[in-house]
Amino acid sequence: MKKKLISIVISVFITTVSFAQDTTDISKLLEAQLKAEDQNKTRYITATFKTTRLINGHSVENTAKGVLDLKIDHRFDPIGGSSGGAYNFFGLDHATMRLGFDYGLTNRLMIGIGRSAEGKIFDGFFKLKILRQATGKNAMPVTVSYVPTIAVISFRNAAIYSNFSRRLNFTNQLIIGRKFTEGLSLQTMPTIVHRNYPVDNGPQNVFAIGVGGRQKLSKRTSFNVEYYYQLPAYKVPGTYNSFSVGFDIETGSHVFQVHLTNSTGMTESSFIPQTIHSWGKGEFSLGFNISRVFTIGKKHNKTW
Amino acid sequence: MKKITAAIFIAFLIISINAIAQTFFTRNGRITFFSKAPIENIEANNNEVTSILDTQKGEFVFAVLIKSFKFQKALMEEHFNENYMESNTFPKANFKGTITDLSKINFSKEGYYPVTVKGDLTIHGVTKTIEVPGTITVSQGKINAHSEFSVKVKDYNIKIPAIVINNIAETLDITVDCKYEPYKKN
Repeated sequence: MKKKLISIVISVFITTVSFAQDTTDISKLLEAQLKAEDQNKTRYITATFKTTRLINGHSVENTAKGVLDLKIDHRFDPIGGSSGGAYNFFGLDHATMRLGFDYGLTNRLMIGIGRSAEGKIFDGFFKLKILRQATGKNAMPVTVSYVPTIAVISFRNAAIYSNFSRRLNFTNQLIIGRKFTEGLSLQTMPTIVHRNYPVDNGPQNVFAIGVGGRQKLSKRTSFNVEYYYQLPAYKVPGTYNSFSVGFDIETGSHVFQVHLTNSTGMTESSFIPQTIHSWGKGEFSLGFNISRVFTIGKKHNKTW
Repeated sequence: MKKITAAIFIAFLIISINAIAQTFFTRNGRITFFSKAPIENIEANNNEVTSILDTQKGEFVFAVLIKSFKFQKALMEEHFNENYMESNTFPKANFKGTITDLSKINFSKEGYYPVTVKGDLTIHGVTKTIEVPGTITVSQGKINAHSEFSVKVKDYNIKIPAIVINNIAETLDITVDCKYEPYKKN
């Protein structure tokens, strides 16, 4: 009985002392609480890229729910080569453009439409974030997005496009991206472009692996690289792999993207299989994308 | 002998209860800030503020996760984290302070007490000593703390580019609301 009592007393004494220790330093107690909370909550990584496009193609980034992103993209003619040079004002005499809208239905699902001058192409797509890079409870090393795109060539040519289905191109793309540090984000983009009626003697299905990334130069600017490698067995003859370098410059609600690229198309089914210019021959163009976002939805909600 | 042991037992029990009751805790404290500028007003809310109050010493500690501030526009939230607060480098804001007029408050009695809290506020990696007015309300064993004060953005080395000077105020109005409950060890 005595022993029992003594043991109770000792145990109570120990708890008292331990409480007393805790209460002497509430800063330490707070630290412990925060640590526990960090492990209990999932915190998603944000701002992997400045905007939804890396250069020509998609980045792993979406617009937030209720945000409309107006895209105005231009590509000039090549600076060098046969259509460039001083006579053509280094390609600036002629430009082709794409006008588009991206809209976030939820924080994970974005839809978009666009119209490109070259080939008079209408395109539509959605981008779904399957996995989101996160720390904490449901930690995830990468963000994975799925982007299916349909492109309709509306160019008038009754001989080639004898029926509507010949005008259709489909692209299925996965984007696997990771924000490694505050400044460095990298992604890879395995892509299949299916053309219903290729007019370039190439295969119907073109397989390509894209790689790209950004390195921030300051809080509001970054240097970007994007490369799409067409697998040799499925490559369109006479074409080159799309390679682009550029800068993102953010000013308030705008993101300006200025770049050099050997592609003039601005949808996947154009610039992946149909890049006819070569960096080696000096055939790279100046291009820019302007992105302006508008908040349409009332309030954005972190959880969808 | 038995009586003495029992007495010691009870004494420790009382001490330990006291020890528990002097620490109050919340993880759902609320901090809002308001920026009033010619072009737009910006308001942000954070409902995940963690804070502990030691009623015996009159000490407060606060930890505020910068990424938990919610804005009306997603882009504001991104710019807040990326460009202004640099929340990757400085993920938290902290405050540690003491009630300067602790003797006026009786935490075991229900009531409403105006107080002054003085301490160190750390935002964006910069620590400044501030003294702010507030109120403490004791009711049903819980403690509510409320405070309104303002901070100058410049004091915490947060740079606002000239181009957005009409969008973001130089002084932010901050409101703190915390409902503390007795701290229980998990």
